[in-house]
Amino acid sequence: MIRVIVNGEAQECAARTLSDLLTALDYEGDWLATAVNGNLVQREERAEWPLKEGDRVEILAPMQGG
Amino acid sequence: MLTLYDRTVSSRLLLGTARYPSPAKLADAVRRSGTEIVTVSLRRETAGGKAGGAFFELIRDLGVHVLPNTAGCHSVSEAVLTAKMAREVFRTNWIKLELIGHHDTLQPDVFQLVEAAKILSDDGFEVFPYTTDDLVVGERLLQAGCKLLMPWCAPIGSAMGPQNVSALKSMRAEFPDIPLIVDAGIGRPSHAAQVMELGYDAVLLNTAVAGAGNPALMAEAFAKAIDAGHLAYQAGPLEPRDMAVPSTPVIGKGVFA
Repeated sequence: MIRVIVNGEAQECAARTLSDLLTALDYEGDWLATAVNGNLVQREERAEWPLKEGDRVEILAPMQGG
Repeated sequence: MLTLYDRTVSSRLLLGTARYPSPAKLADAVRRSGTEIVTVSLRRETAGGKAGGAFFELIRDLGVHVLPNTAGCHSVSEAVLTAKMAREVFRTNWIKLELIGHHDTLQPDVFQLVEAAKILSDDGFEVFPYTTDDLVVGERLLQAGCKLLMPWCAPIGSAMGPQNVSALKSMRAEFPDIPLIVDAGIGRPSHAAQVMELGYDAVLLNTAVAGAGNPALMAEAFAKAIDAGHLAYQAGPLEPRDMAVPSTPVIGKGVFA
């Protein structure tokens, strides 16, 4: 198990890649954007993107805005 | 017709999508306004949440151009990353670049704005910078790669309308060939008509429509005011005078005394 920060909250997870983490946390949909430690991780990179202890993961979605 | 980067639209109203009473009222307002461009944002999605997906569907179904924004960003790195994430989701190079520098007035941080505009333009983005009416900042934004400018006319959400008309006029005169869009501070259709009469190319607004008692009706009112103001600018409005000038010729008037 490793500890990562997902959208500002600490999580213990067994996921080894970003896409494993999304699945484990029940995130799905083609409208999500992800970043790890301040860098964009594109959709097609998620399956190969390794997660390590302390990574800061941001998962964003479209929202109302002006 | 109005060309913004490589896209041409006929409506000169850009509409924000926040603060409507319901998604259905947002959709009604967008349709009734005739707008072809809406602004949207990105926010953290909760685990298992489908809120973002439902909103994404709603926007896609409206069939309008999407202008993602970096609303709420306070640093260059935050704004640049948000822009990249928005490009990933919405598959557009358009970005409304908003870099807030002051908490109470939501005034843009124009120093960071220019820096972020350069980074994003160099990376292929087509930047819509939310800026002040400062001419020098406007020039720097154009040098950074922006092809249009979006000055405020009053603080975001204030509904105060144009606070510095002479600065808006100077900006129009300084950048005659650059699309200028008033973004932020519009409260009423008459405000929108006023800036269009000055020769502005378009108006971006949100709260004035979303916060109205009947958003769809207000959206239509704005669309009409914007068209009226634009026509008036093209027609060449009369300048105000200090003295009365009789509309009816005096020569040839009958003499009865």
